[in-house]
This record gives sequence, C-alpha cells and structure tokens, in this order.
Amino acid sequence: MTKIVVLVKEVPDAAVNKQLDASTGRLVRSGERTLNPFDTHAIEAALQLKEGGELSVDEVVAVTIAPAGAEKTLNKAVALGADRSILLSDEGLAGSDVVATAYALAELVKRESPDLVLLGQQSDDGQSYAVGAAVAEYLGWPGLTQVVGLKVEGDKLRAERQAEYGYDTVEVTLPAVLSVGDAINEPRYPSLKAIMGAKKKPQEKLTLADAGIDASKVGADGSQAVWQSAEEPPAKAAGAIIEEDDVAAAVEQIVAWLDERKLV
Amino acid sequence: MSNILVYALHFEGAINKNSLGAISAAAKLAGDLGGEAHVVLVGDDISDDTAASVGAYGATKAYRVNAAAGTAQPVVDALDQIASGGDYGYALFGGGLLGFEAGAGLAARRGGGIAVEVTGLTVDGGKLVAERPVLGDSQISKIGFKGFGVVVGRLNAFEATEGGSPAPVEDVTVELSKAAGQINVVTRGEQRGADVNIEDAQVLITGGRGLGKPESFSLAEDLAGAFGGNAAVAATRAAVDAGWFPYAGQIGQTGKTVAPKLYVGLGVSGAIQHKVGMQSAEAIVAINKDANAPIFDFADLGVVGDLHAITPALTEAIKAKKG
Ligand SMILES: Cc1cc2nc3c(=O)[nH]c(=O)nc-3n(C[C@H](O)[C@H](O)[C@H](O)COP(=O)(O)OP(=O)(O)OC[C@H]3O[C@@H](n4cnc5c(N)ncnc54)[C@H](O)[C@@H]3O)c2cc1C
Ligand SMILES: Cc1cc2nc3c(=O)[nH]c(=O)nc-3n(C[C@H](O)[C@H](O)[C@H](O)COP(=O)(O)OP(=O)(O)OC[C@H]3O[C@@H](n4cnc5c(N)ncnc54)[C@H](O)[C@@H]3O)c2cc1C
Repeated sequence: MTKIVVLVKEVPDAAVNKQLDASTGRLVRSGERTLNPFDTHAIEAALQLKEGGELSVDEVVAVTIAPAGAEKTLNKAVALGADRSILLSDEGLAGSDVVATAYALAELVKRESPDLVLLGQQSDDGQSYAVGAAVAEYLGWPGLTQVVGLKVEGDKLRAERQAEYGYDTVEVTLPAVLSVGDAINEPRYPSLKAIMGAKKKPQEKLTLADAGIDASKVGADGSQAVWQSAEEPPAKAAGAIIEEDDVAAAVEQIVAWLDERKLV
Repeated sequence: MSNILVYALHFEGAINKNSLGAISAAAKLAGDLGGEAHVVLVGDDISDDTAASVGAYGATKAYRVNAAAGTAQPVVDALDQIASGGDYGYALFGGGLLGFEAGAGLAARRGGGIAVEVTGLTVDGGKLVAERPVLGDSQISKIGFKGFGVVVGRLNAFEATEGGSPAPVEDVTVELSKAAGQINVVTRGEQRGADVNIEDAQVLITGGRGLGKPESFSLAEDLAGAFGGNAAVAATRAAVDAGWFPYAGQIGQTGKTVAPKLYVGLGVSGAIQHKVGMQSAEAIVAINKDANAPIFDFADLGVVGDLHAITPALTEAIKAKKG
C-alpha cells in the first residue's frame, strides 16, 4: 500500500497585482488567493499513479502551510483528487524562509510517513523552486525537481527531466521527494460533484504545537535568510503596444515598426 | 574573515560557463571578506587540468570529489563536509537546475539560508548581501544571512573573467549519505530532436505553448522563411517538453542564451526562466492574446491578439515588403 503526500501552496490569484510590504519585504496576502497553479500538476501526477495501478496508492493527502483562511484553497486541492487535507497555520510561521518552510513541511510529512512526496515546479509568488530539495534533505530521502516523465519500475520510480545539458533519466528508490514540471500532465477539471464533495472530506487543522514543530526553527526569527530592503530596478523605456482589433491594420503597424528599425 | 565555496557544474570535461562566472564573482567577494574562493568539483571523470583550470578564474584551490555527477545529493554531501572542515561562511552556485537543488539541500543540511536567482552580490559590514529580483523583476530584494549563506545566481548574472594561474587540486574522499545511494542517473544530457542552430541567427521566431499544437510551428517556420537566410525558429521549454520542438532550439535557463537583432515571440508568456535567455535581444516583439502576459513588460513591441490570425498575415506582409 502506498501513500502520497502532495505539498500545495496558497498564492495570490493571477489577477492580483503582487506587492511586497515595504517594511518587512513579505508578500501582501490580503487580496484574492488561490491554489498555486503549478501544484495542480502534482495532484494530477498523484492521481495518475493511483489510477495507473502499478503502485497501489490507497491515499493522496494534500498538505499546506498557510495563513488562516486557506481552507477554501485546500478544498480545491481535494476537489482535484486528494482524499483528505492538512492545514498548518500559526502566527509563529509568518516570515518563514525557504529552509524554515521546508523544515516545517518535512515535519508534517513525517507525521504521515508516506512513500512519495510530490510538489509543483515552483510557487507563483516566491518562485524559488527550492522547497522540494530542502524537504528531501530534511527527510533524508532522495529528491529530484522539474520531473516531466514518471514511470513505476518495481519499487523504484524512473523520472525524466530537462537540465542544462539535455534530458536526464534518473532512477529513485522510494520513499522520495519529487517536484513535477508543468509539462508532466494536463490537470483535469474537477467535476461539480468533486467540488461539492471536497467540503466533506477530512481536513485537519494544526498549530505548531499540535504538529510538534520546534517554533524556534520557523518564522522570521527562525529563518536564516533575512530580507533587508527592496529597490526598483533601473527603469526601462516602456515598449509600444498594438491592440489588435483588425488584423490588416495591426500587421501594417508591425511592419512599419520593423521597417523603422531596419529589421525587415 | 571568511572563505567562499563555489560549486562548479561540469559535463563532458567542460565546466559550465555560469559556474566560471560564479568563481570570478566569489574570488572578488572573498577578497572583500578577507578570504579566498575555493571550488568543488564532483564527478567520476574530472581530469587534473579541468580541476586546476578554475584557478584561471580566481579560485585558489580546487577540491575534486569522486562521486556520480548529475544529482544533487553527492554535491550536498561534498560541500557540507568541506564547509565543515574549514572557515567557510558561504557557498555560491552559478545557477542551473543542480545549483538550485544542491543549494537548497546544502542550506537545509547546514541550517543556513538561501537566496536564489541572484543578480548581484555585495559585501556590507563584513557580510555578503544578495540582490534578488522578485515579482516578475518589478523589484529587487536585498537578502542577507544570519549564519551560513547559500547563493544561487541567475543565468548569465556573473561574468567569468580570466587571469589567474592554475589552482592546486586536492582530492577529497566524501562520505556519501544514504539518499545519495537511492538515486541513480541512468542517462544524462540526452538531446531530443534535431540539432538546430539558434545561436547564430539574426532573427529568431520563438514558438511557445500558445501555438497550441506542434503543427502550428509551421507558422513560425513560415515567418522565419519570410525574413530570409538569417532567421531561425526557437522555442520555450513548455513547447520542448511537450515534444513540439527540438531541445537544441530551446531558449532559457536550461536551454540556450541568445542575443539576436530581432526576437519575435508567438504565444510566449515571458516567464523569467525564458527571459534570462533572450533579454539581450536588440528588439523584442511579442504576439500574445493575454494583455497581462509578463512578456509585455519587457517587449519593445507588444501585439495583443490571436497569433493564429496575425502570424500568417504578417508573413505575407513581410514577403510583400521584401518583394
Ligand atoms: C517575492 C518573494 C521572494 C522570496 N525570496 C526568498 C529567498 O530568496 N530565500 C528564501 O529563503 N525565501 C524567500 N522567500 C520566502 C519563500 O517564498 C517562502 O518561504 C515560501 O514559503 C517557500 O518558497 P517558494 O514559495 O519560493 O516555493 P518554491 O520552492 O518555488 O515552491 C515549490 C513547491 O513547494 C511547495 N510549497 C512551497 N511552499 C509551500 C507551502 N507553504 N505549503 C505547502 N507546499 C509548499 C509547492 O508544491 C510548490 O510548488 C520569498 C518570498 C517572496 C514572496
Ligand atoms: C528551473 C526551471 C527552468 C526553466 N527553464 C526554462 C527554459 O530554459 N526555457 C523556457 O522557455 N522556460 C523555462 N522554464 C519554464 C518557464 O517557467 C515557463 O513555464 C515557460 O517558459 C513557459 O513557456 P510558454 O511561454 O511557451 O508557455 P505559457 O507560459 O503557457 O504561455 C503561453 C502563452 O501563450 C499565450 N497564448 C495562448 N494562445 C494564444 C493565441 N491563440 N494567440 C496568442 N497568444 C496565445 C498565452 O496568453 C500565454 O501567455 C523553466 C522553469 C523552471 C522552474
């Protein structure tokens, strides 16, 4: 029997103009929030392993660390196919850096002792693509990121990913931590029934104390990377924009623009 | 005083250009910190010359570790052991997928902090400060470290400068962790698809996921054809991972860095990992139906509209113009 934990993050909705708080450097999280789109590929990958039958997956658990109010976001992960979910929310986590976040996530994973941990390729806000490798390190398990092909081979997984010299094929022994790239699959849309049913699936809400997590290793105080200040990058002249209402007119404008710069 | 450890990624005997840039940056910064830059190479085929060559970029020592290359675990084991045995306050990675993975693993192992996608480094009060562009490059955050600091550079952020002499090479036997034995590279660096050349083209028509299907790459081919002999077709990772275009024609973090006179993006969103490979193009034109696509933030000419309608008409217009 196999259990898969999928780590999912809550991020500002794509339509929100993301901003940093000028005094703390933390992301302003007051606007509309949603499930990190990249993480839907990790849930889909878990479902495909479950449906594929080579691994007898009996449970897929969605786990997140997020500020209060992330229940709805977590329900989206459940509607996409997780069997239950866990939300770690605690004031003490505010300002956690990548390493502190990974430490806390690894502690949550240990409570579940799954065979496989899946993550998305990157968050849509912090965009560090680093949490997966740090979680693997805390668990002492092999880890690989940006996986776009996954096959079961006995008690091993055969993973493919693109790195700087081309495609690599890598064999990992379970338990392992894999971050999947967005080309690995096309996530399905949840059915209305799944969306309605998600609210009824078990959702465990934990504080740091509940989860037995060392509060001194998380939050701004427990983080070793320290945000100091933010600056505007050097201003770049804004480009020209053509709104295409009429193809012929737009094309004429493009050609004129290219011609002016001797690019045709 | 603090020394800086630099991981040098290498493949088939050549050290990655971004790693060489990181070595040069580290050598300069280590000077400001009153220390030295030392390089770690991990692999089972590293020659004396390759290892010693890092000296030319400013390193004063090369540690060679005989272990399998291609995954992060042995790199973490090696850097952690070496960092524990000396006065090292920082580790620097030139970027690359392995840099992100090993960097994050090392920061976790040593209870340190990490800054990724770093474009600049300074020394302030005897400590390293990293500059990281965030939120679609709209701001640059400055990040410092309380303890051990890991810095992963953005692609092409640090320039390699040659000057020094070969570095002494020290072979180190590293005790590998259990996880290192549970991951095994079967094949590395497989080239999928034809060997297309995009680095010498003056005009690059780049196809993204917005093309919708592999057959639509013909729109890009036709447009390139209209521009003539100096034009070629390139792609985003999304298009390459989907099997629509050869890997050799990919622009970006894990692909090629290009600087054509003209870049035209067809259905390309302009993700940072793509942008880092093409932002030096002299003129950037983007056709995208989403007015909020990030590529419009750095395109010189943005066309908001359906590429399937615009591209064929543009091809015809350019052909007509050229006569
Ligand atoms: C603009 C900005 C810049 C930042 N820069 C840095 C920095 O340089 N160094 C640093 O240490 N911290 C940084 N942080 C903080 C960092 O983003 C948070 O610690 C965050 O929780 C984890 O990093 P990420 O979002 O970049 O994740 P990534 O590493 O990009 O996420 C990869 C995957 O990890 C999983 N995951 C990530 N976070 C969670 C979560 N909270 N719960 C469940 N699963 C999760 C998801 O599957 C996700 O797809 C930054 C934050 C912001 C907003
Ligand atoms: C570690 C790492 C390394 C990476 N390395 C690379 C790399 O080397 N190169 C790279 O490119 N990416 C790389 N990526 C991936 C990168 O983050 C993006 O996912 C990728 O660049 C997106 O490709 P895209 O623009 O083709 O697709 P998408 O982001 O999906 O964008 C498609 C665009 O097409 C538009 N569109 C759709 N239909 C139409 C239409 N009919 N007409 C006009 N426009 C349309 C959409 O509005 C959208 O903006 C990397 C990511 C990570 C985490």
